[in-house]
Amino acid sequence: MINIKINNIEIAVEEGATVLDAAKQAGIHIPTLCHLDLHNTKMVNQVGSCRVCMVEQEGRRNLMPACSTTAVDGMVIHTHTPRAINARRTIVELFLSNHPKDCLVCERNGHCELQNLAAELGIRDVHYSGRRAKHPKDTSSLALVRSPEKCVLCRRCETMCNKVQTVGVYSTVNRGFDTVISTAFNNPILDTCCTFCGQCVSVCPTGALTQVDNTHEVWDVIQNPEKFVIVQTAPAVRVALGELFDMEPGTSVTGKMVAALKRMGFDMVLDTNFAADLTIVEEAHEFIARLKNGGPFPMLTSCCPAWVKFIEHQFPELLNIPSTCKSPHEMFGAIAKTYLADKLNIPAEKIVVVSVMPCLAKKYEAARPELKSEFNHVDYVISTREMARMVHEAGIQFNLLPDEEFDSIMGESSGAADIFGTTGGVIEAAVRTAAAWLNDGKPPKIDFTELRGLEGIREATITLSGQKLNLAITNGLGNARTIFERIRGGESNYHLIEVMACPGGCVGGGGQPYYLQHDAEVLRKRAAALYITDESKSLRLSHENPQIKQLYSEFLGEPGGKKAHKLLHTKYTKRGV
Amino acid sequence: MDSKLQKLNKFIDGLDTKEGALITTLHHAQELFGYIPEDVQNHIAHALNVPSSKVYGVVTFYSFFSTKPKGKYKISVCMGTACFVRGAAEVLETFKQELGIDVGGVTEDMQFSLDSIRCMGACGLAPVISVNGKVFGRVKPEDVRSIVQKCKTEGISSGGQGW
Repeated sequence: MINIKINNIEIAVEEGATVLDAAKQAGIHIPTLCHLDLHNTKMVNQVGSCRVCMVEQEGRRNLMPACSTTAVDGMVIHTHTPRAINARRTIVELFLSNHPKDCLVCERNGHCELQNLAAELGIRDVHYSGRRAKHPKDTSSLALVRSPEKCVLCRRCETMCNKVQTVGVYSTVNRGFDTVISTAFNNPILDTCCTFCGQCVSVCPTGALTQVDNTHEVWDVIQNPEKFVIVQTAPAVRVALGELFDMEPGTSVTGKMVAALKRMGFDMVLDTNFAADLTIVEEAHEFIARLKNGGPFPMLTSCCPAWVKFIEHQFPELLNIPSTCKSPHEMFGAIAKTYLADKLNIPAEKIVVVSVMPCLAKKYEAARPELKSEFNHVDYVISTREMARMVHEAGIQFNLLPDEEFDSIMGESSGAADIFGTTGGVIEAAVRTAAAWLNDGKPPKIDFTELRGLEGIREATITLSGQKLNLAITNGLGNARTIFERIRGGESNYHLIEVMACPGGCVGGGGQPYYLQHDAEVLRKRAAALYITDESKSLRLSHENPQIKQLYSEFLGEPGGKKAHKLLHTKYTKRGV
Repeated sequence: MDSKLQKLNKFIDGLDTKEGALITTLHHAQELFGYIPEDVQNHIAHALNVPSSKVYGVVTFYSFFSTKPKGKYKISVCMGTACFVRGAAEVLETFKQELGIDVGGVTEDMQFSLDSIRCMGACGLAPVISVNGKVFGRVKPEDVRSIVQKCKTEGISSGGQGW
């Protein structure tokens, strides 16, 4: 152990701990900006670029950054001397002198770490009126917006994109005052291998990286009397939305969410979970068919649009192995504009489908040409954060709302659909149904707890009707890359793999409420709420959902049949890097 | 395949390890091509298995690397402290006007390119410029035209001292 003294408090820390770690342990707060400790991926953004955490050490002339200074035995540190406070204020003022300071109209207003820091340090004036860097905004994509003029060069996005996700879109370009975080050749982000997972947005401390705002279009279409607007909500939204109304992480707010959407003026409030059950019926059917035909293995789940784009760019030679199933919200759109349109006796072109998603890549996915027929299946996608903002805009007191039920049909779902929102959930749902089908309709068990957890790569072997099946679950694209390299190298003997691009799965999606320092505990609580909902339901198998049975008997015919294939399956495009 | 690209591939194939070899490879490419255009950067990224964003980041960080072709005569004006206080800015400005190009630019006939660099270690001769590596010391703005003319009429060999 290393013994150091901070603000006259003696403290023993593990070898290798930083001064910042030690201060935290002693209950002393040192302001930071660039620092980000991604506990769940064991990755730390420790570039020491912002110098906000400068502290004073006795016997040392210069101040030093607490985040990247290793604690050494006998160190005596003072974190809030006039000199340290002054240095911090000067640094933050210098940041502000090269910042647009349009906080009142900024997407991150109220959720900005730079704004919070300026408030914490009591900055009331910016004494430096130097040159301001000019960089164009990048609005090329349908998912995220880059505003480099608001960037503080903390490089969290670089760490996230290059190290955690191994996508490699961002780099520090130019030098000195001209430094900017940009893409290769300053290309628009749309023309890069970006997967639109949105994790860069979720770690950005300022408004430099934000989501594309689709709330105005959604308000407009709600107001349009010519349109019949159906909204669907993804499983991970309901266990995170409450955080934006001061509730504890992991509070399940399904009933209030439905009530809010009804008050916002949607004509019908339905559930992506219904379509998750539908996905499982198709996916389990596809998996059993592959078992009968001897492959191709491994089959990969295909619900996550960011990982689909990742494999198209990075492993184009593996495009024969993902399941051909569309993602649940796309299946929902396809069914809503055919089967449901007929039931409601409303022409499909009058129906507008809005998806509320924990995800930014869904905004991009909805515009994929292969997922459209003569019309879009999903017209607009808003994130959990955008939905919360619309609730605020509509003056709805979310916390006081009664719990209400989804409309019918396409509103009912099994517990297997709820767990779609977390890493390990899709594969468990698929295995439940496959196990039941391979066992004359009676699953040997419901809870496959061996598939649960937050670790980046998990493996399990299960036995279904005497057949040993090797399963893998991965979350975070860097972990997916590890698995795909094994497959490419021929060293994999997996049968089924679930991939989710975001750390923790959809509960940690790029459209979810910002959570401080990417605390894995928040993800754990959100995921736990999904498993609790699953357990509380009597219906826990996707194929037993009565509305799904009705859909097949009245409309689709057989799982994997001709009609199901036309409406519910897709194909992939080789893209390269 | 382009013979320069072949040479670059040969260089990359001869590397002991591809890890950490980006800057060496870029130096080689800069010498081969005279500059490092986008397709060469992409080629290097692919060959070394690093994102092209990273290659671009490194290329734009070091002033030695250039993303645009250079002229036959590469003029570099030192803007280091010693040269700057002795009037390098005026010399640079005169070159810009004489050649009709900006810093980092190249004339349409591809004869001249202009760069500003930091200290070349000849502060005693400040302000200093170099043309294809040949050093000219104590340059005054009124010398600019004659240096350009010298290139046009006699040509300039590389290296050594100009005057």
